Amino acid sequence: MTAAPALALRDITCRFPSVDGQGTYTAVADTTLVIEAGEFVSVVGPTGCGKSTLLNVAAGLLAPSSGTVEVFGEPMAFAGEVNRRAGYMFQTDALMPWRNAIGNVTAGLEFRGVGRAEAMERGQEWLRRVGLSGFGDRYPHHLSGGMRKRLALAQTLILDPDILLMDEPFSALDVQTRQLMENELLALWAADRKSVLFITHDLEEAIALSDRVVALSAGPGTRPIGNFVIDLPRPRDVAEIRMEPGFLAFHKEIWNVMKEEVLKAYARQRAA
Amino acid sequence: MATRPRIGQLRLRFYQVLLLVAVLVAWHVLTAPGLLPNFYFERANRAAFFFGEPIKIAGRIVDWFVTGEIYSHLWITLVETALAFAIGSVAGLLIGLWLGLSPMASAILDPYIKAANSMPRVVLAPIFAVWFGLGMWSKVALGVTLVFFIVFFNVYQGVREVSPTILANARMLGANRRQLLSAIYLPSAMSWVFASLHNAVGLAFVGAVVGEYLGSAHGVGYLILQAETTFDINTVFAGIAVLTAFALLLDAAVTLVERRLMTWQPRAAETDRT
Ligand SMILES: Nc1ncnc2c1ncn2[C@@H]1O[C@H](COP(=O)(O)OP(=O)(O)O)[C@@H](O)[C@H]1O
Ligand SMILES: [Mg+2]
Repeated sequence: MTAAPALALRDITCRFPSVDGQGTYTAVADTTLVIEAGEFVSVVGPTGCGKSTLLNVAAGLLAPSSGTVEVFGEPMAFAGEVNRRAGYMFQTDALMPWRNAIGNVTAGLEFRGVGRAEAMERGQEWLRRVGLSGFGDRYPHHLSGGMRKRLALAQTLILDPDILLMDEPFSALDVQTRQLMENELLALWAADRKSVLFITHDLEEAIALSDRVVALSAGPGTRPIGNFVIDLPRPRDVAEIRMEPGFLAFHKEIWNVMKEEVLKAYARQRAA
Repeated sequence: MATRPRIGQLRLRFYQVLLLVAVLVAWHVLTAPGLLPNFYFERANRAAFFFGEPIKIAGRIVDWFVTGEIYSHLWITLVETALAFAIGSVAGLLIGLWLGLSPMASAILDPYIKAANSMPRVVLAPIFAVWFGLGMWSKVALGVTLVFFIVFFNVYQGVREVSPTILANARMLGANRRQLLSAIYLPSAMSWVFASLHNAVGLAFVGAVVGEYLGSAHGVGYLILQAETTFDINTVFAGIAVLTAFALLLDAAVTLVERRLMTWQPRAAETDRT
């Protein structure tokens, strides 16, 4: 394929002022990550290794200390401009608590100047698609964790972004709700094949969902240490695929690479 | 709360009323001239002179409402309270937003804001009387200085504590700077204004009454001031009773408004369910 990749992070390094106030902490070092158009890529790595940092760079929310980002071939400027082609589902709750469900879903349309009547119609349609019709006038605090995640998904997808950035979106959910949401995500993705960059610390989730899994080393100076093409057949059911021999083989292979890094991250956290 | 049995609630109310009645009866018995032998004052009407008599106080209150004399005074006090609250809140909201969003300006102004807030602002009343005369506006001005700081500090804090994730989310959804202000900062700041609503209304009322008391020609504070100059202690107490009742009504009204405006808050949600 000669078309420009959806997202290309090249030689990204991110440094932060270190906690003690002197010197710097290198969270991510010389990382290159390319997501082709229509590809579903998961990034796995131990907690605190710099996954969210990478995603913020891809979203244009955080300027890297060095390195470049290209979105469908266009270099990103990072001058107060975010990645316009991307939708972002955050790790923590990002809904506006003072807006009800329909108000949250239609926020993006409102910001983009879509008329109120049309926004409401499309908002109701998306609430229906994520199974929340009838909940339009509820406020986020009245919704369960799973419902809030579905609402956040609708809020992002209503803008029909070409790239979907997801930061451990389901990690706070119980196993059943989580598998339901994963299957819903796969169904939505299959419908129009957006490019997805999916962050998780759960290896099984990564394999079940993705075309490709990128494993990151433990911090500091996190970088990719493995790239695995997951050629399991689609459509997949995330609950059933976990039992298949192909899945288990991938799991074993990737875990072998990651094990050491997870232990390193764990030892570092214990020491801190 | 809802689990408390109804009979308990009734009994509670009963004891509360009983306490009030007991205090009033004691007050009456101790102050009515000639009812009890004198044990502290030499003359029979002295206790009444210092502490008033509940029956006469009640009579004065009834009188006020029957003749309608009180209404114009209450109205003036209410208007002063409302104006002080509205002006103080809007100013506090705007300046709180501005300083919350502009670290440079807030760093420069920080010591002066702290100083202005620690100053006992009641001492400004004479200055306001000179500037705005003895009419309504000097009272409003005093109330504004009290309300402003409460709202200002709440908004200032609120703006700086807006969740970075909610902000980042809005930016990803396409909000520009102006839209961030109207869709994120303002509603978030408003919730802090509402959080300080009871305090702000209470202080607006304090400003109005204290202003009237320090020099005026209208208002409930003026009634008290006037009665005091003629040593009419019963009228002073009557004024205090009316003010207290009025403050309670005001607070109840604020609670109603709050319920309507704050449906999205978790606390409201929890009380809904229980
Ligand atoms: N704004 C920041 N300032 C300082 N340190 C940060 C900042 N953001 C992230 N870090 C540090 O960078 C590392 C990676 O963070 P993060 O990307 O959130 O990890 P992950 O998402 O993989 O759990 C952590 O050690 C974190 O403390
Ligand atoms: Mg993270």
